[in-house]
Amino acid sequence: MKTNYLMLHTITRIVTFIILSFSIYLFFAGHNSPGGGFIGGLMMASGLILLYLSFDLKTIKRVLPFDYSTLIATGLLIALLTGFNGLLFGDPFLTQYFDYFELPILGEVELTTALPFDLGVFIVVVAITLLIILTIAEDDS
Amino acid sequence: MSMLHFVALAPFIVAIIIPFLYKKFRHIHTGWFVLPVPLLLFIYLIQYLPLGGEAMEIVENTVAWVPSLGINYTVYLDGLSLLFALLITGIGALVVLYSIYYIANKRDEPLNNFYVFLLMFMGAMLGVVLSDNLMVLYVFWEITSLSSSLLIAYWYHKEKSRYGALKSMLITVAGGFAMLAGFALLYVMTGALGSATFSIREIISYADVLKDSPLFLPAMLLILLGAFTKSAQFPFHIWLPDAMEAPTPVSAYLHSATMVKAGIYLVARFTPLFGGEAEWFWIVTGVGLFTMLWGSVSAIRQKDLKSILAFSTISQLGLIMSLLGLGSAALYFDIPNAGSVYSVAILAAIFHLVNHATFKGSLFMVVGIVDHETGTRDIRKLGGLMALMPITFTISLIGIASMAGLPPFNGFLSKEMFFTGTLQSMTLDIFNVQTLGFIFPVVAWIASVFTFIYSMILFFKTFTGKYQPEKLDKEAHEAPMGLLIPPIILASLVVIFGFFPNLLAYTIIDPAMQSILPGLLTEGEQFDVKIYHWHGLNPELFMTIAVVAFGTLIYLNLDRWKETTFFMRERDPLNAFYDNGLDGLVTGSQKVTKLQMTGLLRDYILYMLVFIIGMITWTFIKFNAFQYDFANLTLVPPYLWIVILVIIAASISLPFISHRISSILVLGVIGFLVALLFVIFRAPDLALTQLLIETVMVVLFLLAYIYLPELKKIDVKPRFNIFNLVVSIGMGLVVIVTGISVHAMRNDLDITSISEYFIENSKALGGGYNMVNVILVDFRGMDTLLEVLVLSIAALGVVTMIKLKMKGGEDI
Repeated sequence: MKTNYLMLHTITRIVTFIILSFSIYLFFAGHNSPGGGFIGGLMMASGLILLYLSFDLKTIKRVLPFDYSTLIATGLLIALLTGFNGLLFGDPFLTQYFDYFELPILGEVELTTALPFDLGVFIVVVAITLLIILTIAEDDS
Repeated sequence: MSMLHFVALAPFIVAIIIPFLYKKFRHIHTGWFVLPVPLLLFIYLIQYLPLGGEAMEIVENTVAWVPSLGINYTVYLDGLSLLFALLITGIGALVVLYSIYYIANKRDEPLNNFYVFLLMFMGAMLGVVLSDNLMVLYVFWEITSLSSSLLIAYWYHKEKSRYGALKSMLITVAGGFAMLAGFALLYVMTGALGSATFSIREIISYADVLKDSPLFLPAMLLILLGAFTKSAQFPFHIWLPDAMEAPTPVSAYLHSATMVKAGIYLVARFTPLFGGEAEWFWIVTGVGLFTMLWGSVSAIRQKDLKSILAFSTISQLGLIMSLLGLGSAALYFDIPNAGSVYSVAILAAIFHLVNHATFKGSLFMVVGIVDHETGTRDIRKLGGLMALMPITFTISLIGIASMAGLPPFNGFLSKEMFFTGTLQSMTLDIFNVQTLGFIFPVVAWIASVFTFIYSMILFFKTFTGKYQPEKLDKEAHEAPMGLLIPPIILASLVVIFGFFPNLLAYTIIDPAMQSILPGLLTEGEQFDVKIYHWHGLNPELFMTIAVVAFGTLIYLNLDRWKETTFFMRERDPLNAFYDNGLDGLVTGSQKVTKLQMTGLLRDYILYMLVFIIGMITWTFIKFNAFQYDFANLTLVPPYLWIVILVIIAASISLPFISHRISSILVLGVIGFLVALLFVIFRAPDLALTQLLIETVMVVLFLLAYIYLPELKKIDVKPRFNIFNLVVSIGMGLVVIVTGISVHAMRNDLDITSISEYFIENSKALGGGYNMVNVILVDFRGMDTLLEVLVLSIAALGVVTMIKLKMKGGEDI
């Protein structure tokens, strides 16, 4: 049976962008408002799952050619290296630093080492959610 | 390290070399390499004997082993140790010589095993008698148990050997553990005095103070348990007859002269500490006498020569034990005249110890020769060997006569002294002996009658009567000279000690008595050790004459009782306890395991929950911890009531839903409501996470759903369901009660929450206003890091399980 998912596809194309943008907002807003790496990561994973749901697995795999196991490792590595950063300055493991900088367009911005740490969390959460769900979904036995 | 330290260590050192010699020189019998060890040790030790009639010099040397725990390898050579060490090395040398001819140097005979075990045993035995440190003594003690088990199971392909080895191992090691506990108690007791020590000598020097300790009696009983199991006292004697499956040299060495006397040594060694106590007197004497009677009665039922000798050994060990018990009365402080009357019993004990080692060793060797030359040890098949094996016959005659207590051999002298000891103990007016004391000579006399009977059986059934070659596997003839030399030496010692008993008086017996009964003599004084054959017409002599008369009478009428069940049953009835006990232990533990390990996860969860409920309830009751304090409660707004009621309703409906999709959806409802709770309680991050996670979870459940079978109704008994209900309600109540109590206590204790710090410093130190996130990534970033790791491992686990699926039937 051939079905036409025109409505779904059209809506997905628009909604996915909104969800992904929101997830990135959540990720960056995390330090001062509700949000953060974990929630942002889950949100992004949900958006991607929507893509997988409305289109078939093969197409999305071509569009997003990520190996999620490698992504997990990358995320963990980023979080760990942020932790080692503290050791370089003679502080304990996982000491976070922050300071305020004047950037050309954005004006005064707070930059913190918690951000790359959160990025690691973000990547891991996205990767594991997709990895688990896709592995189970792809299993055809 | 002095020379004396090496006395116990030398056999171990040689034991290491023996296997190489065995491999290298296959044509030379390995026993020849072993023989010098006990011989040289014997020659070395004999130098310590006081030959000039003066008091023995006591040697002591210490090498630190574990000094921080007070465990030192201290060798202490006094009269008692020297006596045992000479027995061990002397008879050891003869047994090694005997074994060279007994166990042929065949290709498949593992001689290296035999001599390694034997040397291990010899070294351990020397260590036991030379050690002054309790822990070192215990270590050597256990090595004797181990090596004797190895020796019993030397022909391990035979089932009976393995059975006997296991039995002796279980019984002696059980006793050994009890003894270790007793030693530990001694250590604790001396520790209470302020000078914790493992040294036997030091402990004995505190004997007067230790008597008042509440641990004194438990320590005594535990140590006695060790001594009784090792020395085959009733009811632990059952391992000894089964240990007769060992090669005969082993039986001769371990089960007549050395290992079974380790318990005797222990009792003698601890007499200065425990002697003079009523409990010690009655237990040691009573058990000894009863063992003597039981052993001698059991011996006449046996049809196997070695079994007769085994029960005879049990009986004689009981005799020595009872003498040590009687003699310990000499240490009772209220006795006038230094108790020299009672020390006769100790004299008799030591003298009989030496005598028993000589005649029993020779008898075992003789039985081995008979076995070797005729192929059987069954007295129903043997007979008429007198003319065929004249030398063996002569040796046997000497040994048996000595065992039966006939003059002019040494057994007669020690038997007479045994009677003297029991008769004199009747005159004691301590320990209630005046009322029960008449039992001692009566039991002793009856046991002696039975001893006489089995000695006659042993002699007449083997050597007289008709020779029955058709029943024998081999043509009977005299043994080779090598086999005969060791029993000849032992038999000559029987005769020499019989005619010249005073050779031993001031060389061996007096020093040993001085170590068993210290403090009875003033400096430089010696015990009056005089052993005579002729005492005049005293009661002991008449008792011996009566023994011979009654024994002969009963032996002549033995045929009338042969058909009674008493005589048909060879096995000791106590074996039933051991066998049933062991079986019961196995089947019982299997039953318990089957009952408890059902393999159902539901049951295991029930165990855990019941345990948790029980433990928390017990704690609440024990510490009276239940408190409630409903002050400081927030007002519950109506919408919160609605949320909570819906959550409760959804939870209660869960067990009644029989369709999986509905279960999943109801679970989802609960999850989203919990997210709502987070919103109400102002936790936006939690609410967001909970919403997203719940969504992902529901998606996962639905993914898994298609693979699941429909829920089936399982027939479970209603009783079981009620139990589950009770447990689950109990668990819920326990958690609720704990929550209420914790809340009340928190109000009471007025604890300042750590969150104050986070609120104040979130911006200043973490640079962010979202406190939750600052805690997660900054204040406690380590937790986050590891949780992310947990997620990663979970994901990889899922991938591994699904992608690397095992084919059917494989175990994961």
